[in-house]
Amino acid sequence: MTQIHTSSPPQAEPRPIVSLDHVTKRFPGVVANERVSFDLWPGEVHVLLGENGAGKSTLVGMLSGLQLPDEGGVLIDGREVRIASPARALELGIGTVFQHSMLVPSLSVVDNMALGGKWWSRPDRDGVARRMAAVCADIGVTIDPHAKVGSLSLGEQQQVEIVRALMRGSRVLILDEATAMLTPKGAEDLGALMGRLTKLGIAVVFITHKLNEALAFGHRITVLRLGRKVGEIAPERLAALGPAAATAEIVRLMFGAGVATDETAPAPRRGRRAGAPLLEIEALAVDDPSVPVAGINLSVSPGEIVGLAGIDGNGQKQFAEALAGQRRLAAGHIRLGGEAIERLDVGGRRQRGLRYVTDDRLGEGTVGSFPISLNLLLKQVGEAPFWRHGLEQSDAIATHARRLVSEFDVRTPGIETAIGKLSGGNIQKALLARELSGAARAVIFAKPTYGLDVQNIRATRQRIREAAEQGLAVILISTDLEEVLELSDRVAVMSRGHIVGVVDNDADARSRVGELMSGVTA
Amino acid sequence: MSETTQIGSDALLARRSGARRERVRLVAMALGPVFGAIVMSGLVLLALGVDPIAYYGYVVDRGLINPYGLQATLTRMGPLLLIAAGLIVAFRAGIWNLGGDGQFLLSAVVVAALGPLMVPYFPVWMVLLIGLLVGAMVGAVWSLLPALLKAYQGVNEIITTLMMTFLGVSFANVLVKLFFRDPATTVPQTRTLVVADRLPRLFDTTVSSGLLIGLVAIMAVHLLMTRTAFGLKLRIVGANPRAAIHAGLNVPLLTMATFAISAALAGLAGAVEIMGVQGNVRADWNPAYSLTVVPLVFLARFNGFASIAFVFLFSVLSIGGESAARRTGVPNFFTLVVVAILLIMLGITEYLDQRRRAAGK
Repeated sequence: MTQIHTSSPPQAEPRPIVSLDHVTKRFPGVVANERVSFDLWPGEVHVLLGENGAGKSTLVGMLSGLQLPDEGGVLIDGREVRIASPARALELGIGTVFQHSMLVPSLSVVDNMALGGKWWSRPDRDGVARRMAAVCADIGVTIDPHAKVGSLSLGEQQQVEIVRALMRGSRVLILDEATAMLTPKGAEDLGALMGRLTKLGIAVVFITHKLNEALAFGHRITVLRLGRKVGEIAPERLAALGPAAATAEIVRLMFGAGVATDETAPAPRRGRRAGAPLLEIEALAVDDPSVPVAGINLSVSPGEIVGLAGIDGNGQKQFAEALAGQRRLAAGHIRLGGEAIERLDVGGRRQRGLRYVTDDRLGEGTVGSFPISLNLLLKQVGEAPFWRHGLEQSDAIATHARRLVSEFDVRTPGIETAIGKLSGGNIQKALLARELSGAARAVIFAKPTYGLDVQNIRATRQRIREAAEQGLAVILISTDLEEVLELSDRVAVMSRGHIVGVVDNDADARSRVGELMSGVTA
Repeated sequence: MSETTQIGSDALLARRSGARRERVRLVAMALGPVFGAIVMSGLVLLALGVDPIAYYGYVVDRGLINPYGLQATLTRMGPLLLIAAGLIVAFRAGIWNLGGDGQFLLSAVVVAALGPLMVPYFPVWMVLLIGLLVGAMVGAVWSLLPALLKAYQGVNEIITTLMMTFLGVSFANVLVKLFFRDPATTVPQTRTLVVADRLPRLFDTTVSSGLLIGLVAIMAVHLLMTRTAFGLKLRIVGANPRAAIHAGLNVPLLTMATFAISAALAGLAGAVEIMGVQGNVRADWNPAYSLTVVPLVFLARFNGFASIAFVFLFSVLSIGGESAARRTGVPNFFTLVVVAILLIMLGITEYLDQRRRAAGK
């Protein structure tokens, strides 16, 4: 089990190692994968592309034993198998390297490799080191077997994981967003390593959000969209197309044609920018261990909606929190109506009319065990007329709560009900009520429809539109491109903590935003 | 028309009976563990060869029925209520201040040393007032280090406050034996505050006015936490610290305030115990009230009024238990065994209630 299977030459059999045959996987409320077929050929890097929620993770989950398909089958070397657990996947020769390291940082490389052995036997450190050296030599990487994993760079840790997967006999290697955390140099090294792996006849599944990487490292490209496979580009075709044409084709597949498919969706708003900017952000920077944010320049006029698109985890959260005052700015200025507010705390910014609708509704937006009435005042504790001389004025609080509950149509048994007992849609309505009532001037919406059902999505989007129509400056952070395109006047794209481009929301905004999101022009 | 009103009144009726059922459930949840603990402790007594009926008889007689016993019980409640008040503030704010014993004891020692020194120079009321204030301050100061570490470094306060208790108890002993020692006695203890200079007794009884201070404190704390903006801020920090940050609350400052109030109340308890009951501190004296009050406050679910009831129950157990222990040959610590069993019973009741609720859904 510890030898690499280099014996069978890749060209000998024109048969995929692993095939997914029209697999369907449903979760409550969504079809994550619908009759997706997917072949993995030996000696090939097969790139899997798609937006958040396109179904990539589900597909990979079925290969690595985390999920079982509801319909359709998995074939290995032409034989149907059932991959019921990650251990079974490993037995079948499918190893997975996840985006986040699965190694124990306080142990040495060798000890990490020896994990999972029999608990009563001493780990054979020398033997493991010897086998590791052999695999390393095969694939051309150098790893000090006695180094502590925590002292290695993320790229090196990934190499360790790849070596470990190979030592366990993997013929198929799944790299799940493996380059997301790497430096450009680290990503390049990984690409070269993938090349060497395929020479040994290993099949690689490479999941990425970046088109340039997909084209540079991939042999075959499959694009998923909304749980369906919308296209596959075979190696010959990929070579024939050339990078530019291939990019255009992939963007078209990933983000759909230029026409809005949903006829009920209102036409994109346009040309409502009026007057001087209300909210101005200048050279904003935020320190953060995972995604440092820097050089953000953005200005929003009254009545304008600026969409902030981007793959999740590219600094949107850090940016929003810094704007709202929950995080310290490393540098930069924020002006609201000409007044500098970057030195104010959350309360001070709120008083001047800056509001933040968080996406983490139960985690930070509300106190679940508290009644709705108090949650509606969570950011105004102690303020008149709800508190006088520090004492609670129950009547004023109740009146306020009743007014907002009916105005924003929060469906609740009563205003004293603990807010955590409400549905997600109603919690969101309560949050919108809190943030949009009073003297709001600029609002940041963070993933406002995330996790809501269709009806509440529609209601929430209507609120956002109304907020802009009332003359509020709106920043709409969303990972859902359709939503951004439906609501925004302009679209900014965020990637790795930077705004990589701002485009007007016109006819070809979709493709240009798609290109920016995929890192084509970056 | 009549149908709709019918439905309406039905709903109202259902809600009212629902509310009643809820109240019955709460009372059962509070009293169930108490009865369970009495039965279980009785079984332990049986195993020890002691007649549980006789034991409980002594407890009730000496702690509740006998006038002197009842007065001792009520006097004992004073410092316990103050400690409970401090714990309620801290626990509701999500701060686990388990350092009450150190805060209590250091305050007691300082007040015991200071009181007799002040007597020749000030009127009695002023001595008492200064003593109470100093006691509260000493308690608060002893929580400063855990408070700073928690507020600005996020260091777990359970560890630091417990550590400060070890230090505080030892330091209090050092103070008694080396610096505050009464030269007139052979046993190491502080000078004694004469009975005339202590906290006044209530009416014609032996009950110390510490009871009043305790009752006022715990009710004030209850109102503070439930009716004021400051209390609400503390509760937000306790219930969801991330929501507190999101709402723009100054969490470090509120944390410091919580520690200060909680520890000051524990310190006040020390002052009340000395100036109301003990009069001096003997070396190695440590009643460890704070850690015994912790389960009581949990039993009361951090509710001030329920805490008064549980503190009363515990005081009866502990005063009556002392005398019952003497008569039946059971160790004095048996009271703590009863409290411990009570806490386990509470845990079991809570578990059953959750299962019942999960099944009901």
